[in-house]
Amino acid sequence: MDWGALQTILGGVNKHSTSIGKIWLTVLFIFRIMILVVAAERVWGDEQDDFICNTLQPGCKNVCYDHFFPISHIRLWALQLIFVSTPALLVAMHVAYRRHEKKRQFRKGDQKCEYKDIEEIRAQRFRIEGSLWWTYTSSIFFRLVFEAVFMYAFYFMYDGFRMPRLMKCSAWPCPNTVDCFVSRPTEKTVFTIFMIAVSSICIMLNVAELCYLLVKFFLKRSRKVGNPKHHPNHETKEETKQNEMNELISDSCQNTVTGFSS
Amino acid sequence: MSWGFLRDLLSGVNKYSTGIGRIWIAIVFIFRLLVYVVAAENVWKYEHDEFECNTKQPGCENVCFDHFFPVSQIRLWALQLILVSTPSLLVVFHVAYRENREKRHNQKLYRSAGQIDGGLLCTYLISLILKTGFEIVFLVLFYKLYNGFKVPRLVKCDMSPCPNAVDCYISKPTEKMIFLYFLVATSGVCIVLNVSELSYLIFKYSIKCYTKTFSKKQQ
Repeated sequence: MDWGALQTILGGVNKHSTSIGKIWLTVLFIFRIMILVVAAERVWGDEQDDFICNTLQPGCKNVCYDHFFPISHIRLWALQLIFVSTPALLVAMHVAYRRHEKKRQFRKGDQKCEYKDIEEIRAQRFRIEGSLWWTYTSSIFFRLVFEAVFMYAFYFMYDGFRMPRLMKCSAWPCPNTVDCFVSRPTEKTVFTIFMIAVSSICIMLNVAELCYLLVKFFLKRSRKVGNPKHHPNHETKEETKQNEMNELISDSCQNTVTGFSS
Repeated sequence: MSWGFLRDLLSGVNKYSTGIGRIWIAIVFIFRLLVYVVAAENVWKYEHDEFECNTKQPGCENVCFDHFFPVSQIRLWALQLILVSTPSLLVVFHVAYRENREKRHNQKLYRSAGQIDGGLLCTYLISLILKTGFEIVFLVLFYKLYNGFKVPRLVKCDMSPCPNAVDCYISKPTEKMIFLYFLVATSGVCIVLNVSELSYLIFKYSIKCYTKTFSKKQQ
């Protein structure tokens, strides 16, 4: 059980996302989860061992470390990634529920059911409309909220995104104001800035996706009001072609993101 | 043999669960198992090495650590995850038993081997009660063993061979406290889900039973 399991769960959501959603997913996997696992974890690996205070007083180092790092950067990022990925599960659950309903209809022998067999229902990709649109939009909204909350928590807890070399600590039992030195401060600053930058890119992608969905929704509505006779077959063919292209793009991206493990 | 086994087990149970049951499985996977493996385990990784006492007396640190942490919080967390996930196995076994029975008698004995009715309903309800029971037991154990869910920075220890009441410092107490509160919150959410699933199933099947007997009476 590791990040690979999350990748498997989210990979299923990929089929039902918009193109921007697929880009977001790729950015999440490659520039956040993978970087966290292969690089960032090593940088923060020895953090308390190499956190050194200029004192022989037992306990001073522990207390100062706890005072300056209430929760480690790496753990906060791990929690951020988990929370930011979970709204996509709402979409997965909604799709699973729809599939279940269609299968039930098919089994009952409903005339309205347009599928020939169960396999077709399983393989079908649902369009983002109706109640699925609402689920999808709320999942993007929650993603945005979680990203913003964690970025703010970072900024608030660590007074900005820089990691200082030296911290002055006077918490008890340190006998006086003691100098404490953080290990690898520059490398940690670089990774912190990198993760914040990628977080911001993800926020922008989410905002763009939200705007795209809203614009599409309002355009469709105004088209329906303006032109009650629309041609569903023509729309479906064009959208199916676009979806196929998107799937080709995302499949080629997915092939480069093959099972990584922590 | 690792957490992957538990993940496969729970994926197998997913098929025979209600909607609420599937939400429970998703929460256990993501907010408990995944958080444990990728974050919480590393917080407690060097807890004994980083536990420091203000003394040079050999053995004092060991004895004090053992006194304050009879079973490490992270091990209790792992045990809780395992015990809370296993009652679902009862349902899997019962379904397998049903399928076996159908094979042996070479005829369709049930409407669907995986449908929650009759004996399988009882098994499912028992598994829900056991899951909730284990969650509550572990939360109470946590509370009793560690005097609440707070992790203090400093503990005073006067066990032999420590020469007097010695100051001992726990490493990363704030981070540990945050993760413990996270554990309690997710446990609480799982308890609420289990209780609502239990009520939902009891309500659904009593209504079904009632309408059946009512329609029989009418006939």
